[in-house]
Amino acid sequence: MKWAASAITLLGWIGLATTAHAGTLRIGSKRFTESMILAEIAVRTARATGESRVEHVEGLGGTAIVLAAIEQGAIDVYPEYTGSLKESLLHDVRAGDADLARTLASRGLGITATLGFENAYALAMKRERALSLHVTRLSDLATHPELRVALSNEFVGRSDGWSGLRAAYGLEGLAPRGMDHGLAYVAVESGAADVTDAYTTDAALARLDLITLADDRHFFPTYLAIFVYRLAARISFPRSFAAIEGLTGCIDAATMTRLNAEAEVQRLAPADIAAGFLGAAATGPAARPSLLRGMGEVILQHGPRHLLLVFLATFFAVLAGVPLGILAARSRVAGGALLTAAGLVQTIPSLALLCFAIPVLGVGALPAMVALFVYGLLPIAGNTLAGLRAIPLALREAAEALGLSPLDLLMRVELPMAAPVILTGIKTSTITAVGTATIAAFIGAGGFGEPISTGLNLNDTRMILEGAVPAALLALLVQGVFAVVERRLVPPGLR
Amino acid sequence: MISIALVLVLDGVAKRYGEATVLHPTSLSLGRGERVALIGPSGSGKSTLLRMVLGLIEADAGRVLFDGVEVRPSTAQAVRRRCGYVIQDGGLFPHLTAGGNVTLVARRLGWTAARIDERLGALLALVRLERDLLARYPHQLSGGQRQRVGIMRALMLDPEALLFDEPMAALDPMVRAELQDDLLAIIARLAKTVLLVTHDLAEAALLCQRLALLHEGRIVQAGAAWELVERPATPFVSAFVSAQRAFVPPRPPSPEAPAA
Repeated sequence: MKWAASAITLLGWIGLATTAHAGTLRIGSKRFTESMILAEIAVRTARATGESRVEHVEGLGGTAIVLAAIEQGAIDVYPEYTGSLKESLLHDVRAGDADLARTLASRGLGITATLGFENAYALAMKRERALSLHVTRLSDLATHPELRVALSNEFVGRSDGWSGLRAAYGLEGLAPRGMDHGLAYVAVESGAADVTDAYTTDAALARLDLITLADDRHFFPTYLAIFVYRLAARISFPRSFAAIEGLTGCIDAATMTRLNAEAEVQRLAPADIAAGFLGAAATGPAARPSLLRGMGEVILQHGPRHLLLVFLATFFAVLAGVPLGILAARSRVAGGALLTAAGLVQTIPSLALLCFAIPVLGVGALPAMVALFVYGLLPIAGNTLAGLRAIPLALREAAEALGLSPLDLLMRVELPMAAPVILTGIKTSTITAVGTATIAAFIGAGGFGEPISTGLNLNDTRMILEGAVPAALLALLVQGVFAVVERRLVPPGLR
Repeated sequence: MISIALVLVLDGVAKRYGEATVLHPTSLSLGRGERVALIGPSGSGKSTLLRMVLGLIEADAGRVLFDGVEVRPSTAQAVRRRCGYVIQDGGLFPHLTAGGNVTLVARRLGWTAARIDERLGALLALVRLERDLLARYPHQLSGGQRQRVGIMRALMLDPEALLFDEPMAALDPMVRAELQDDLLAIIARLAKTVLLVTHDLAEAALLCQRLALLHEGRIVQAGAAWELVERPATPFVSAFVSAQRAFVPPRPPSPEAPAA
């Protein structure tokens, strides 16, 4: 039981590490370049006041997750867009600013004025092509039915995408083709298409020298960049907030596009980009290590956290799952109900389960571990039940007839005989946890998912591989370890 | 009134599963050192009766007394330790060695190594097994060896009664005959009270003094083997008896016999 106690201590330690320190300003970011750059800019700005410790809580998933994190107090500030807030909180992307301010205030939140740019939807064309045709506004498109339009599939599908746009600007003459967003850019770059959809601060605009067409009939909803903050934090860190508010109006769309390109084209780290923007000495383009080297760094940096997440989650899943399986074998009703519940939880998508965990447990390692624990429960409890049920009735009776106490019967005969099946369940559970733990990075739990999700957002295959390959290797390693454990633990009579 | 000389009393026990009655109210008693066989076809209720003694099956009606103590869930554990139970193929636990199987309960009861070792020596001699077999796992033993280990396990705590449930069913005829002879020697020497379930009349007659023939959940006749053979109580008894064929080899064709 000593190791159980130390595991609990460890768990507590992780819990502490993920809950707020008094006197630390925590700035969050979503998991994409622009959000991380803006957060880094805020971090450096706040740090420069010397008011308090400032921490960057990176890698939170979408709007719902970050909002839950800030309401819960796990972070104090993060960069956001007005349209996203209105969509998430008011379920109306075109809601009024006053409504938004009221709703935010009722949740103890506030927003700054705009930072000076919008990250909205737009249609984009190559600069020279647009200028030679004198197309600078969306309404100009109606007079050029010969233009070839290549749109991302998502934009074609959205009601506030192509169908709305076509009606608003009378673009019935144009016949768009839907394709992958990356391919749509390639089509425009190669001249196979003239117009595509884009975000107004898309790094690709700078990379491909595209211009966005003015939304002269104000069809697209507004996505002004702002900082969301907790009202309480603003009172606690007045100088930091004054400095952060000094940033408003200072970043225009062209600047943001350039900063995004620095990350996605030049592969600079968000911290360096922020430093460069704020006029500090940038360290220059980062020399990227080779894939193998990169993987090595990822393993050293994220491996221990990943292992710890998997180990602790599985440890507690065994601690709860085996007794659950035993109970299920004893009482058909109680056990059946518990197993059904565990089975239902299994059907919840992991990202959704992680979101549910945030309001209760905050962000970071603890909710991730709880989610992994819940997922691990069913294979272990189910296999414990199956293993116990597989014991022939005659042998069970022979064991009972020996006059063993119920506990001895369980510990000396039933569980050892069910051990191979139970071990298989634990193995399944552990390997699942290795995979699922990569998703935990979306709520800031760290691990191999960190390079994977960052890579996904940057469309950087190499970075994805740097996380995915170690995760796959770890799964293989787990498989190997279990083969050895089985050989050691399962008596020869049962093999 | 129950005499203290009766070790085992089954008093009007009955069992049904839903609509199916496996055992009608049945009574049977065994005196100390008496050996009784329950015989009958499959599904006649004999195995149910045996398992009731150990509390493995609870009777719907009636009661079971072991040495004057009624067998209930609260008393079953104590009764089980005073009975040895042997089933088909030994019923050994595959995760334990032969030795582990035999000594499982003694170790849990805190017997010293010396006491366990001494007991093992005596039992090995009794069932005629080599000591090195104890290190083997059940699957590494022959059928006959497994059954001998099963008998050792049943005898480990020196119980007052031995309960056998089809102990020879899985063995080939030669091994079976040898083990039957050995088992007879063992139980005769130890003077244990024995309840044996078998469908083999010859085995029952060899090992037990008294037979109880069950048919469709009732004891249709109880008595010595010769009584069942010479004075069958019902047509079923004579049918059961005559179903156990004696081995009569056909004679070779005689050269003098005229061709038919």
